[in-house]
Amino acid sequence: MAMLEIKDLCVNYGMIKALKGISFEVNEGEVIALIGANGAGKTTTLHTLTGILPAKSGSVRFNGVELTKTPAHKIVKMGIAHVPEGRRIFQQLTVLDNLKLGAFTRNDKDGIAEDMEMVYKRFPRLAERKSQIAGTLSGGEQQMLAMGRALMSRPKIIVMDEPSMGLSPILVSEIFDIITSIRKDGTTVLLVEQNAKKALSISDRAYVLETGKITLSGKASDLINDEQVKKAYLGE
Amino acid sequence: MKRKLRPTTRKSFVTYAIVTAAFIFVEILVSSGSASNMFKGLLVPFCVYSIAAVSLNLTVGILGELSLGQAGFMCIGAYSSAIFSCAVKDTITSPWVRFPIAMLLGGLVAAVFGILIGIPVLRLRGDYLAIVTLAFGEIIKNVLAALFIGSDSKGLHFSLTSQGDLGLEPDGKMIINGALGISGTPKDSTFEIGFVVLMLTLIVLYNFINSRTGRAVMSIRDNRIAAESIGLNITKYKLITFGLTAFLGGVAGSLFSHNLAVLQASKFDYNLSILILVFVVLGGIGSIRGSVIAAVVLTYLPEVLRSINNYRMLIYSIVLIVMMIFTSNATIRGFFAANLAKLKGIVSKDKTAVKEGN
Ligand SMILES: Nc1ncnc2c1ncn2[C@@H]1O[C@H](COP(=O)(O)OP(=O)(O)OP(=O)(O)O)[C@@H](O)[C@H]1O
Ligand SMILES: [Mg+2]
Repeated sequence: MAMLEIKDLCVNYGMIKALKGISFEVNEGEVIALIGANGAGKTTTLHTLTGILPAKSGSVRFNGVELTKTPAHKIVKMGIAHVPEGRRIFQQLTVLDNLKLGAFTRNDKDGIAEDMEMVYKRFPRLAERKSQIAGTLSGGEQQMLAMGRALMSRPKIIVMDEPSMGLSPILVSEIFDIITSIRKDGTTVLLVEQNAKKALSISDRAYVLETGKITLSGKASDLINDEQVKKAYLGE
Repeated sequence: MKRKLRPTTRKSFVTYAIVTAAFIFVEILVSSGSASNMFKGLLVPFCVYSIAAVSLNLTVGILGELSLGQAGFMCIGAYSSAIFSCAVKDTITSPWVRFPIAMLLGGLVAAVFGILIGIPVLRLRGDYLAIVTLAFGEIIKNVLAALFIGSDSKGLHFSLTSQGDLGLEPDGKMIINGALGISGTPKDSTFEIGFVVLMLTLIVLYNFINSRTGRAVMSIRDNRIAAESIGLNITKYKLITFGLTAFLGGVAGSLFSHNLAVLQASKFDYNLSILILVFVVLGGIGSIRGSVIAAVVLTYLPEVLRSINNYRMLIYSIVLIVMMIFTSNATIRGFFAANLAKLKGIVSKDKTAVKEGN
């Protein structure tokens, strides 16, 4: 059984049909990329998985449990962490407070302290800026904080929405290296990206989303050589 | 090594110290006989408005939702506590027992109303709370102004039309007399009690803000989606915060009603809600200490400047508009931020210099 199983998922914004019946799955230990142009419905997909948006129809199952009827605050506790699009950090709070809030659903003090060390090891820049107000961090640092905050819930799967958006090439590489290392430590990753080339280079499988429908799927190494994908998403 | 106070803890202790110092100063003024009657009359209102303002700041500054109905919660607290005190003043004669219960009751009844309003409204996104609380305040005021309650040997009698409608026995007495309100509430409020209640309020608020719950509430203010993404039950935390604001508003109202010979609902109108919001805005949104200072200064000033009292609301409006321009204009804000940062830089540099010198 797949860890995360999405079946015929439809989501509307009023009259607008944003997702028109998509199906895909994520197995434990995989890195899965979800790529697609602007407005394809990638963010909508992630928001529905994490309970922020209600589904119109279809199902989302996580280790066999239906999520479409589960409120957002319970989904995190089940082991799904979300790094939202556009560096949504808590601007007026400190880096430390942001990270503490990431562990909001947990009560194990020792485990939280351990994970805090792990996050600081993974993102040394955050360790240097513990008491800085998060809104004054640079764009790249804010992205790292958003990722660190998600890791603080000790998730089984982490879903990330365009973590490379608006970052310099060096930082983009750094972020992708971190994603690879997160996976190595045993966390499954569902990655939404515009930067298809980079995303495909670090993932196992990928799905291509076009205006609310999945049009292509397969092994990332195959898709990266696919003519259609090359033309539409790799700019070749 | 000496344990350093957390900056948030230090902030709260400075506020406690300022309030306590002001209290002692006023007590000395009063006992030495150098305080005017006008000033003495303002002492309880200082506490009432400070409590009302800091508790509103919790919703406006910490939760980031606009409420225009603080007067409504004060009104509920004022009435319910006054009714209680009037009803039991012959059985519970000690104000030390009666008044705390009355205040607690006033706060609780207000909190119940706050939660009842909050349940439908706080689930919505957008500024619905402002609209609903505005209407709520006006409704409460008008209903209470039309309410008649009397008691006699047969028990309590209610009416929404007139005193005669109650059909009281000859031994009956009025508790609420419509627009004429409640008279005969025991004058249990004193400046000393007001000070204690204000201090308790401040302690509760600072501890709330610096707690895990407080952090959760501020995270909702900063970014709703991110707050949802970390697994926070948004509605629950909004309700807790708004309920606490209503509770403390009710306590402020109780303090107020036990300071008046006659309590009338018309006092708790829209202007009062706005006045308290003005205290919050001028004191600095999110700044507890600022709210107290603004409440005291802006309660005192109009009384001192009695000659221009007619222009009081006009002046408030102008000050509010000017503040809005200042806080929303990026250039002006940037100018202040830069200079403040410079100032802070100088101060902390001085501090390190001292440290290194040691
Ligand atoms: N709150 C909303 N109300 C109405 N329509 C919306 C809303 N949010 C998204 N949409 C629409 O739904 C569609 C999918 O949007 P979504 O944000 O999921 O795209 P995306 O793939 O994440 O795009 P991008 O790469 O630009 O982030 C778009 O057509 C968008 O306009
Ligand atoms: Mg998106």
